[in-house]
Amino acid sequence: MLSVNVQKRRGVFSLDAQFELPTPGVLALFGRSGCGKSTLVELLAGLLDADSGRISLDGTVLLDKTLGTDIPAERRRIGCVFQDARLFPHLRVGANLRYGAHRSTGKPYVNFDAVIALLGLAPLLSRRCHQLSGGERQRVAIGRALLSQPRLLLLDEPLAALDSARRDEVLPYLEVLRDQLTIPMVYVSHQFDEVLRLATHLVLIDAGKTLAQGDIGAMSLRSELREIIGPEAVGSILEGEIQSIDGLSGLASVAIGSGILKVQSDGHAVGAKLRVQILARDVIVATREPEYLSVRNMLHGKVTAIARDTGEADLVSMDVGGAVIMARITHAATRDLGLAPGDAAWALIKAVSMRGRLFNPGA
Amino acid sequence: MTWLSPSEIDALTLSLAVASRSVLWGLPPAVFMAWLLTRRRFLGHAALDALVHLPLVLPPVAVGYLLLLIFGTQGPVGGWLLRSLDIRLIFTRNGAALATAVMSFPLMVRAMRISLETIDRGLEDAARTLGAGPLDRFATVTLPLMLPGIIAGAITAFAAGLGEFGAVITFVANIPGETRTLPLALYTALQSPGGDAGAARLAIVSLSLGLGGLLLSEWFSRRVRRMLGR
Repeated sequence: MLSVNVQKRRGVFSLDAQFELPTPGVLALFGRSGCGKSTLVELLAGLLDADSGRISLDGTVLLDKTLGTDIPAERRRIGCVFQDARLFPHLRVGANLRYGAHRSTGKPYVNFDAVIALLGLAPLLSRRCHQLSGGERQRVAIGRALLSQPRLLLLDEPLAALDSARRDEVLPYLEVLRDQLTIPMVYVSHQFDEVLRLATHLVLIDAGKTLAQGDIGAMSLRSELREIIGPEAVGSILEGEIQSIDGLSGLASVAIGSGILKVQSDGHAVGAKLRVQILARDVIVATREPEYLSVRNMLHGKVTAIARDTGEADLVSMDVGGAVIMARITHAATRDLGLAPGDAAWALIKAVSMRGRLFNPGA
Repeated sequence: MTWLSPSEIDALTLSLAVASRSVLWGLPPAVFMAWLLTRRRFLGHAALDALVHLPLVLPPVAVGYLLLLIFGTQGPVGGWLLRSLDIRLIFTRNGAALATAVMSFPLMVRAMRISLETIDRGLEDAARTLGAGPLDRFATVTLPLMLPGIIAGAITAFAAGLGEFGAVITFVANIPGETRTLPLALYTALQSPGGDAGAARLAIVSLSLGLGGLLLSEWFSRRVRRMLGR
């Protein structure tokens, strides 16, 4: 368990953050630029002195201002990956990777060869840092942090300086890290698609305060998240295992709640654990079971809530066999259908509008 | 080197010895001073900064005189050195090296500060999170990244040290074989009748050493910068 409660004033800006992460897990610190995420990262790493508060990780107290405990950054064993990689320019890639390994005091749990293999670093070892692409630099930075055998990996917007092609090149490595190592991670980002792919838990930060927190499925339904990512990006996030794959159509049947969701299999096999985001704007609501439609998913459920969304839209939440799906429909549609909480309804979702991503943390 | 007379060769080798000794002595405190003035804010920062730069603006003879007051056999430091360690600085080549080191100190500090200021502090933070304590960070990150400035500073100071005149002649006088360095020998040649040819030779030697030093310094720092990818 990572448990954080810190306060810091910097001029007119003040930060007051409280959150917890069950370990191992990936916690996303998510918020707009300038909300205080970077200050929080420096406080966690010990690079900045907190005014007050307490940080503990798996029973070790890293900071407790009332007790006067403050483990310095060099002994906190928190591996950091910065936005600008911060590789040592006078050392080759190999020496950069070994820098933390030589100084690590903890019991080693990942060895050099494993990290090299995991991050595909073998061809880069003898290169100089200025000969690396942006994506390669970040992979080396991740490897360097991992090899210091940290108790926690802190990633401060590691993809923010990369173009989208480079981002897509690095993201799969981070997913592999999450699924193959049991190291807890704190991932700072202002890009929700990164959070969606990586995080198990989400903490929302706004103006230096923690707004809301929880596991990502629950957080996907929260209005505080909607405020930050905007109505277009709102959708429920569900996880499930592939039960079967239709040999003819290639569609995978994923167990979600007590029902089955059909998504494109994207090369994943039966038994794979997937995370699927169903965007509210892609969901159609029917009050009677429709026929003759191309749509692959017609999930029967019950309307649990109807909230006024931005513009002329309503956000309809439906319980479908234990899973909550949201539909963004016009206010006019709600009125014409006479929708009200408690009504039976069908949620219609096109299989092509969703993409399942492998999600199997700490496996 | 039959082109130079034996006494001229003496002056040349003495100059080289004095200049290298002065760089060797000056380097560690210059690195420390550059770090202190760049990275630390403290009471008296401006005063210390001015003190370090004083030899640049003071007449060298005045610096030599001040050294005489402090390091002379009657001076507070010089007297102590003589009594307890039997080290005598005035009228010796070590004294010449000290005077040269003081004069070229600001040159070294300036060159190092410039390179220290260009180092991304984030790199030191990164080293910290990787488990490196303060001295470790300084030795493995800050110092190697300061290298272009250290090399440039050392070579410039060496080249300037070869030509230090005023402070040396005031502090350690003009003793052949002990403190008569190139510029002092050049001055002596000019003062003696028929010494024109010798003076010309010594001037040519000084010129080539100075020029070579500056070119070498530029070449070195370019090489190191390329190594660092800047």
